[in-house]
Amino acid sequence: MDKTTTDSVVAPRRFPLREILLFLVLLAAVLGVYALMGAAYSTRMLVEAACYAILALGLTIQWGYAGQFNAGVMGFVALGGFCAMFFSVPVNEAFWGSELPGELARVLLYGIGAVLLVVGASRLDRLGVPRRLRTTIAVVLAVVLYLVVISALREVTDQIESRAGFVGGLGLPAWVGWIFGGALAGGVGYFIGRVCLGLRSDYLAIATLGIAEIIKAFLKNSDWLTRGTATVSPLPWPVPGPAEVGFTLARALYFSVTAVLIAAIFFLLHRAYHAPWGRMIRAIRDNEVSASAMGKTINRRRLEIFVLGCILMGIGGAVLGSFNSLFDPQGYLPLNHTFLVLVMVILGGPGNNLGTIFGAVAVYVIWLMSEPLALFLMELAVSFGEGAFGWDTPTNLDSRALQARVFVIGLLITLVLRFAPKGLLPEKAKHIA
Amino acid sequence: MPLLDARDVHGGYGGMNILNGVDMAIEADEIGVIIGPNGAGKSTMLKAIFGLLHVSQGEVLLRGEPIQNLPTNKLVHKGMGFVPQEYNVFPSLTVKENLQMGAYLKPGNVKRMLAQVYEFFPPLLEKRHQPAGELSGGQRQMVAMGRALMAEPELLLLDEPTAGLSPLYMHEILERVKAINAAGVGVLMVEQNAKQALAIADKGFVLANGQNRFTDTGAALLADPEVAKSFLGG
Amino acid sequence: MNELVFFINNVVIAGSVTGSIYAIGAVGVTLIFSIMRFAHFAHGDMMTFGAFMVLLLTTLFPQAGAAIGVPTPLIMLPLAMVLTAALAVGLDRAFYKPLRAHGVKPIVFVIASLGVALMLQGLIRLFAGTGGQSLYVDDRKEIFRLALPIEGVRVPVVITEPQLYLFALTLVAVVGLHVFLSRSRLGKAMRAMSDNPDLAQASGINTHTIVAVTWMLAGGLAAIAGTLLSLDVTFKPDLSFFLLLPIFAAAIVGGVGHPYGAIAGGFVVGFAETLAVFNWNVLLRPFRDSLPEWLSLPGNLAFVGTEYKIVVPFFILVVILVWRPTGIFKGKVI
Repeated sequence: MDKTTTDSVVAPRRFPLREILLFLVLLAAVLGVYALMGAAYSTRMLVEAACYAILALGLTIQWGYAGQFNAGVMGFVALGGFCAMFFSVPVNEAFWGSELPGELARVLLYGIGAVLLVVGASRLDRLGVPRRLRTTIAVVLAVVLYLVVISALREVTDQIESRAGFVGGLGLPAWVGWIFGGALAGGVGYFIGRVCLGLRSDYLAIATLGIAEIIKAFLKNSDWLTRGTATVSPLPWPVPGPAEVGFTLARALYFSVTAVLIAAIFFLLHRAYHAPWGRMIRAIRDNEVSASAMGKTINRRRLEIFVLGCILMGIGGAVLGSFNSLFDPQGYLPLNHTFLVLVMVILGGPGNNLGTIFGAVAVYVIWLMSEPLALFLMELAVSFGEGAFGWDTPTNLDSRALQARVFVIGLLITLVLRFAPKGLLPEKAKHIA
Repeated sequence: MPLLDARDVHGGYGGMNILNGVDMAIEADEIGVIIGPNGAGKSTMLKAIFGLLHVSQGEVLLRGEPIQNLPTNKLVHKGMGFVPQEYNVFPSLTVKENLQMGAYLKPGNVKRMLAQVYEFFPPLLEKRHQPAGELSGGQRQMVAMGRALMAEPELLLLDEPTAGLSPLYMHEILERVKAINAAGVGVLMVEQNAKQALAIADKGFVLANGQNRFTDTGAALLADPEVAKSFLGG
Repeated sequence: MNELVFFINNVVIAGSVTGSIYAIGAVGVTLIFSIMRFAHFAHGDMMTFGAFMVLLLTTLFPQAGAAIGVPTPLIMLPLAMVLTAALAVGLDRAFYKPLRAHGVKPIVFVIASLGVALMLQGLIRLFAGTGGQSLYVDDRKEIFRLALPIEGVRVPVVITEPQLYLFALTLVAVVGLHVFLSRSRLGKAMRAMSDNPDLAQASGINTHTIVAVTWMLAGGLAAIAGTLLSLDVTFKPDLSFFLLLPIFAAAIVGGVGHPYGAIAGGFVVGFAETLAVFNWNVLLRPFRDSLPEWLSLPGNLAFVGTEYKIVVPFFILVVILVWRPTGIFKGKVI
């Protein structure tokens, strides 16, 4: 990259007053939390906020750079969390010591064989089989083979559950899981992107919403793989844990790891954004018609950006999963892992990485602090209601306070879209009309 | 009082002015034809008259009443009909339903006007239950004009009604325009087929660069050697 | 033969029930899409809202139905439809109309509708809690067991009272919608606007009215769908995203913007779901003795477990998007 990138984005140099002010306010807020809630709690908050910042960076390149709306961040986060668990948790001798791994491998081989057979059948027309007959053969074969393989799989997984509990992990360092988390999320993203990216942007939203629920359902119900609702813990950390150096220091170490990670991602994205690749991405977003003159590569670029975003979400999810030291598939909620991230991005400034990181930390602080606040307000309302109207106290205040927060997140999304569609720190693009 | 009187109209898209002071007037029983090179602002003028484009300066009078920048449904109510050049039918609606939509604001007239439109365009009668999207280009143009006529307009605005049609159909459509005009509807249309259109025009307006270059009767413009040289292809 | 009755109970009836609900939901989605051109993600929660209104009204006046001899929730349904329609129009005014005025991209509407979905979800669960509640507050759910007059059939065909009402209501809704769209002036104008909004405006059609009417229809239909679902099982406030996927899949299968297609799509998805979770072993059991030894059937021959039901609409969605994105009955807009 040299100085000749006379890009439409290069804004006139100005003193970044807005950025500095906003980050100062954020710093003050974080320090306030430290003073109020203590160092251990506040450092945990910072680490989680940092993990969310990675997720938000993933979403900001999809939505802000390319105008793709991913409504299923949760699914990619869960995949990352699963990988963090699967690769780092200790090896389960009860499983590996038995003949079950071989059985499982056999079923997987069956599966591959079945796929090959079906693919082969779908090519029968080249041997002169009429197309309609070919389709019928392929579909019937697919149905029958699917049933055979799934039955075999069910048998083996039942065996695993009853004899070994679950397959256990691979006992590798945490960062291996992070890498594979990103890769797995990227793979799923590639599949979704291939199906949806040539079509209306609405379809991508629908499909991602669906895949997220499916991933969650799979992780929740595959007890042989994830222990399902029984959850897996603890997950090892890549840095000394609380047991060795105490909560605050351990979390601070973890935070430094995430900070390095964010800095690296931020730097790479910055480079890409100002490179010809980033310019083309934005050209596609801003003017699909004229960009389509560039031909077929549009869908490739779109796919690249979508997969890249999903990879970041997978990594972020893995880092978050390791930090929580618990893999609980039921803990993945659209509210916490999709919509919260969405608010971070649209409030911070879609397409602006700095704004996105600001949004992530700011929204996460508000989110955590709103929990006691919502409860307090609910109690206030209830005691007021009791006094004034003689209400019965609802029993489950906690869950109702949560619902109030759901409402607020929804309201926030609609209000930001209406009144500040470019977020607090808008993308610095100077579009030439 | 002229049926339509547009004076010194300025307007354009997104701050860029395309019309730089166009004057245009036609009487109730006249056919007006707008011709000119590409980018002269012909269609833009039509859209400005029909309120589809912001008129930044000047005025448009319909029977002496200012109508510039009124919403389109008001203009339909006041007796204007507009036939766009492209996308001028509802493809999934049947021919009859297309026509009914034209009389949306005057549901009481549907029966009488349907009969009248079928009289103008006999092919539509037999195709009335077919979706308009399945018709040929010329028949679609008939549906589009019929739809606009259903509201019993005093003034019909046509944007290149013969674009893309075979010479046979072009002739047919221009004949229909004459018949419609003879039935008492003022017509203002933009045309690429300038010679044929001027032949049926009472008034002709030659636009260039968003301004009037020549304004005269159709016959006079056809006879004018300068118009012929620059705008009628020799 | 017993197996066949079992099949009727578990697939034919259950499939028609889910199919009807998805169909009515999908019609609403498809109508909104054809007029406003965006996928309305708050539709599932609008359905929940409608059912919640029925629940509320039924709890307030549990005796209302006894006077005429119909379950109270059905008496309350028209009122709930009006309330949901009003909600839909109100939501449009408050959240979507300003965006329309700004001329934002369709995808921004999608995000806004997700925000609206969360608000509705939060509000409904704030008041209704998260547990399931029966809409039959004071009434009794009749269950009809029809024994078939065939020798050797011991299992009766089972159908419940709400299911009968559901079929009747679905029929009424579909016929009513058809009459509205093909006969009424407003319905035709709606189809015209879905074809070509600019030309509709040039014809003198007031597009604001059409938008409002669309929301009313979508709201009313959502209330019906939500209530039918809640009558069949129970009122569950936390279904929204699980409803959304099959409904969108149905709308896309039928061709987006195509109301009749959406109805067909609803039944396709509904039956696909029930067929996929049905244990086919039951049907093969009678032939077990005649099967060769080496072919011992496993006990569970379902395509997916009930816990993976959501995979079915997703699978259908992916197949249709890959194979024919315009839907089986060619939709207007991809």
